[in-house]
Amino acid sequence: MARAVTPRRKTINTIAAWAVGLLIFFPILWTILTSFKTEAQAISDPPVFLFFDWTLENYAVVQERSDYMRYLWNSVIIAGGSTLLGIVIGVPAAWSMAFVPSKRTKDILMWMLSTKMLPAVGVLYPIYLLFIKLGLLDTRVGLTLVLMLINLPIIIWMLYTYFKEIPGEILEAARMDGATLKEEILYILTPMAVPGIASTLLLNIILAWNEAFWTLNLTAAKAAPLTAFIASYSSPEGLFYAKLSAASTMAIAPILILGWFSQKQLVRGLTFGAVK
Amino acid sequence: MGQITLNQITKSFGDVQVIPPLDLQINDGEFVVFVGPSGCGKSTLLRLIAGLEDVTTGEIDIDGTNATEIPPAKRGLAMVFQSYALYPHMSVRKNIAFPLRMAGLDKDAQDAKVEAAAKVLNLTDYLDRRPGQLSGGQRQRVAIGRAIVREPAAFLFDEPLSNLDAALRVNMRLEISELHQSLETTMIYVTHDQVEAMTMADKIVVLQAGVIEQVGSPLELYHTPRNKFVAGFIGSPKMNFMMGEFASEYGATTIGIRPEHLSVSHSEGKWSGRVGVSEHLGSDTFLYVEVDGLSDPVTVRSTGEVGFRHGDTIHLTPDPEKIHRFDNQGLRIA
Repeated sequence: MARAVTPRRKTINTIAAWAVGLLIFFPILWTILTSFKTEAQAISDPPVFLFFDWTLENYAVVQERSDYMRYLWNSVIIAGGSTLLGIVIGVPAAWSMAFVPSKRTKDILMWMLSTKMLPAVGVLYPIYLLFIKLGLLDTRVGLTLVLMLINLPIIIWMLYTYFKEIPGEILEAARMDGATLKEEILYILTPMAVPGIASTLLLNIILAWNEAFWTLNLTAAKAAPLTAFIASYSSPEGLFYAKLSAASTMAIAPILILGWFSQKQLVRGLTFGAVK
Repeated sequence: MGQITLNQITKSFGDVQVIPPLDLQINDGEFVVFVGPSGCGKSTLLRLIAGLEDVTTGEIDIDGTNATEIPPAKRGLAMVFQSYALYPHMSVRKNIAFPLRMAGLDKDAQDAKVEAAAKVLNLTDYLDRRPGQLSGGQRQRVAIGRAIVREPAAFLFDEPLSNLDAALRVNMRLEISELHQSLETTMIYVTHDQVEAMTMADKIVVLQAGVIEQVGSPLELYHTPRNKFVAGFIGSPKMNFMMGEFASEYGATTIGIRPEHLSVSHSEGKWSGRVGVSEHLGSDTFLYVEVDGLSDPVTVRSTGEVGFRHGDTIHLTPDPEKIHRFDNQGLRIA
């Protein structure tokens, strides 16, 4: 039986949803607001919400003191590169598991997922030592590789779920209709898989962009991305909340904008297969 | 042309043989229905003919050429799937044109053929829609359209109507039969529904566990089933089977009598019993009679309304000409 949705119930639901949404968004909002305050207002008690002297001074200082563009560029290369590499490896892997499954397919998938259950710090030493040996420490190549590897299970899982949703009969129909394997992939499979690949791409760029453990531990100066840029404003400088907030805002702005414009695609990607 | 010969073909999945050696001849222009309970291998058999599965041993000939090793795309057959299997990202027009595009036809020729097929199938107004915007029946017609434009040697239908509701199913059944009459192309049709088989087929192939139980016209199967399985599978409601004294009287291990071949009376008859459930359809009445000495109720089909109620005593008399006799192997005694 369908559940009756009364107007009152709808109002309550709406309020609850907004409350949860705002609660989650509040830290980001507060960071952005703080970035426009003076250092004194940033730590004033009681805190000021909207009525303060809006200033861009923090941004000017941050810009002057560190090379934002270099960090940004590193982030773009590392997040983008690791995601693209992951997709290139993940597509054939997911493809074969979805369309030519074997007895061990499920086990392999679980094994891949299990690597995500290990705390990253557990493998910090071996990876760090490997990086020293291979001369990858503080290089973009090294970070791209590591981020690709830690996100690969997620990439494969997402793509696998997507490919699984493409009914085998459609591919067989194409075969009956006279399509060769190449034509089948080109005209039928790829167009049907594009939304899935796109949302996997987006989600992994975001994950890689925000990744802070490996990026902080394996970089020093040359390859440091925006996470390191934020971190450089936290401890050594003392508690300069407003400048830290300005740095954070600058670091998350690009990904926030990307996420905003692609939210439809992202939500679809994450809930795909859940409702059928 | 569309003559298909299966020569001693077998199919195994791992150690399990789903189709033991099987021979079958399908003539040009025939409407052949593979029917049987689920898991009997009828879909596998169709997929073997289509080339979507490889035969383990044996040979498939299409129009006299050995097609066993030919990939599905090159066999010149068209298939309509149970799920319709339309390309969701293409319009109806592009769906129907897809096989023509793969065959390398030029755009004008493609358009002309698509328009012609759409006209036959009443799809002209829907050509620019996506499959997602169509009803189940329309989707099925698009799938058929995609098959027609290829002008295949034979059409393969894999339970095409099972996703449709009952009323639509009857309509589509008729449309497919009409299509067969106008195209005169070989059609192979898989279903588990014996009514579809009886109404559409020129030739029915009854399968059980990968084995052909009988091949024949619908009425041959109805009147002279080769064994108990075919007798029980063809006909609705099902044939009644009786064993023991009931059968030995006729010199058989089991006798079968169809519900429509029993006459009923209040006063006298060969067997007596009590009316259990009665179903009144207006045109017919189905009575489920508990006959003394039998564990299963006997189904009786009477024309029109009969004056029996639950618990009434009833006497049944079989039409002696219509009694089917089976030996202890379940085979028909001639």
